[in-house]
Amino acid sequence: MDLFTQILLAIAKILFVVIVAVGAFAPVLLWAERRQSAMMQDRVGPHRAHIPLPRSVVEGLRLTLKPLEAGIFGSFFAAGLAIVALVILLLSSRETLFGQEAKTYYLAVVGFGILGVLARVGHKVHGGIVESGGKIALLGLLHPLADAIKMIFKEDFVPPKADKLLFSIAPILTMVTAIAAFAVVPFADTLFLECATDVVPRDVATVMACDGSGGVATAIPMQIASLDIGILFIFAIAGTGVVGAAIGGYSSDNKYSLMGGLRAASQMVSYEVALGLTIVPCFMIYDSLRLEEIVMWQHEAGIWGIFIPPLTIACVLYLFAAIAETKRVPFDLPEGESELVGGYLTEYSGMKFGMFFAGEFVEVVVLGALATVLFFGGWDVPFLYRSGFDLPGTWELVIPMTDWVIQDTIALQHWAVIVIQVIAFLLKIAILMWLQLMIRWTLPRFRYDQIMKVCWKGLLPLSIANILLTGIIVLLWT
Amino acid sequence: MLSAYLPVFLMLLVATLVALGMFTATSLAGPKKPTPEKLLPYESGSNTTGASHLRQSVKFYLTAISFVVFDIEAAFIYPWAALFRDLGWVGFVAMVIFLAVLAITLVYEWKKGALEWER
Repeated sequence: MDLFTQILLAIAKILFVVIVAVGAFAPVLLWAERRQSAMMQDRVGPHRAHIPLPRSVVEGLRLTLKPLEAGIFGSFFAAGLAIVALVILLLSSRETLFGQEAKTYYLAVVGFGILGVLARVGHKVHGGIVESGGKIALLGLLHPLADAIKMIFKEDFVPPKADKLLFSIAPILTMVTAIAAFAVVPFADTLFLECATDVVPRDVATVMACDGSGGVATAIPMQIASLDIGILFIFAIAGTGVVGAAIGGYSSDNKYSLMGGLRAASQMVSYEVALGLTIVPCFMIYDSLRLEEIVMWQHEAGIWGIFIPPLTIACVLYLFAAIAETKRVPFDLPEGESELVGGYLTEYSGMKFGMFFAGEFVEVVVLGALATVLFFGGWDVPFLYRSGFDLPGTWELVIPMTDWVIQDTIALQHWAVIVIQVIAFLLKIAILMWLQLMIRWTLPRFRYDQIMKVCWKGLLPLSIANILLTGIIVLLWT
Repeated sequence: MLSAYLPVFLMLLVATLVALGMFTATSLAGPKKPTPEKLLPYESGSNTTGASHLRQSVKFYLTAISFVVFDIEAAFIYPWAALFRDLGWVGFVAMVIFLAVLAITLVYEWKKGALEWER
């Protein structure tokens, strides 16, 4: 590949990552967090942001409600009739009923079932819009967008005695470091360009091009940059993020900001040490610092890191340190509003505040992605290989009265495998983000001395002990 | 070799553009209506007293120093961890000695009270 194609590919991957992480995950996380807080306090929560519909469209939607109701009833009735027909066929040992084979009835059950569910969902959505007088609210998911627009048009306040340069750099630095850490995270297996619509052999080192030219297929790693320092890059970038919070607090010319900035710097550097040491056992077991090789190891071994005993401990320690590193509840002392108003964010307004805020949410996504790669198999889906699904054992399931067979191996085209892997990876990140959210709304805020104590006197010795434990276990077993 | 880092620079470029875009948007679109009260440093409504750069506890400084010591050590452990299987028991014993020195540092700090935040 020439340089130009490489650059184009890299930009495509970067846009994908930025859109997914900054454009989708961070807003949804913000929405989920506020939604959950509303639930706990018995409020309606973020739901008012909406796209208004014109009156005539609402009247039109109102007319669809009756046909949809009839559609729901009709579809489920037809699916029911098809089931009855199948039962009759099964009991009477006949080949056909009303001149139709069993296959037709199977298709009817599935088809009308899906149609009925769709009509039901449509009825609920349309009904909701009509009832609210033509507001498309999408469960309140538009709220983060409305917030972003609002923040941009808020007054951009700079304290007169603030250090203007540092004050401006701080939010940019926070945002840039949060996004850039994604550069080394692999989000799927290698894509073989010429073989996208073919089934790729399962365990072959070099895949031949499928267009019959006899050459080797062009391998495109599903990762922005494959660096041999791998994980060190993430820590280098995350380490720079500390500077953003620290100089933001320092340059604001405000006592609360200064205290918040100092607390942020102190807490983040402390937990960075702990974070760095908790994941050392991973490299001892996976034998690599490259994230794609770490995922490949788990994929080939068929076991995710969290199920290997020393790494189970490492995973718990990692999640602890990661939540503290992102400065979120219960570790949000740097911006604890009951003591420091807004901490290092006190003097920030408008989108500059929003950038700190968004940076924090993107960091949650990054650390979730890192946990997924290190402990939860990255893009690995159990029993999914390059060639498709290969379930354990050798068996086949014949669907009664037809010649349809479900086997233990299901061949999938290459692009389908890659898409499934990307979805699995995003789903795992979402689950880890949900876990962090639950912790956030479950635990009260710690005291600052408790946070520092648990880091230096708890996590640090424990992670060093875990390194030694892992070393002994690995050396005795190999 | 250097081409491996090209996407990283592109990533940094895109991230900087996103951040700068947000920054410029809010700088241009936001209104500017300064009032004398608004320009004061925020201190929960009371007038500010003294310089805003307070003298801070020495604990923050000690934490920073400990960070330098322990983070550099972590940087030494990483290459060892990646080559751990090849180095075998010899490498393991070497690392135990290295970690022991570090543990002594930690214990010394602990006993000296550098990790105490209450006092």
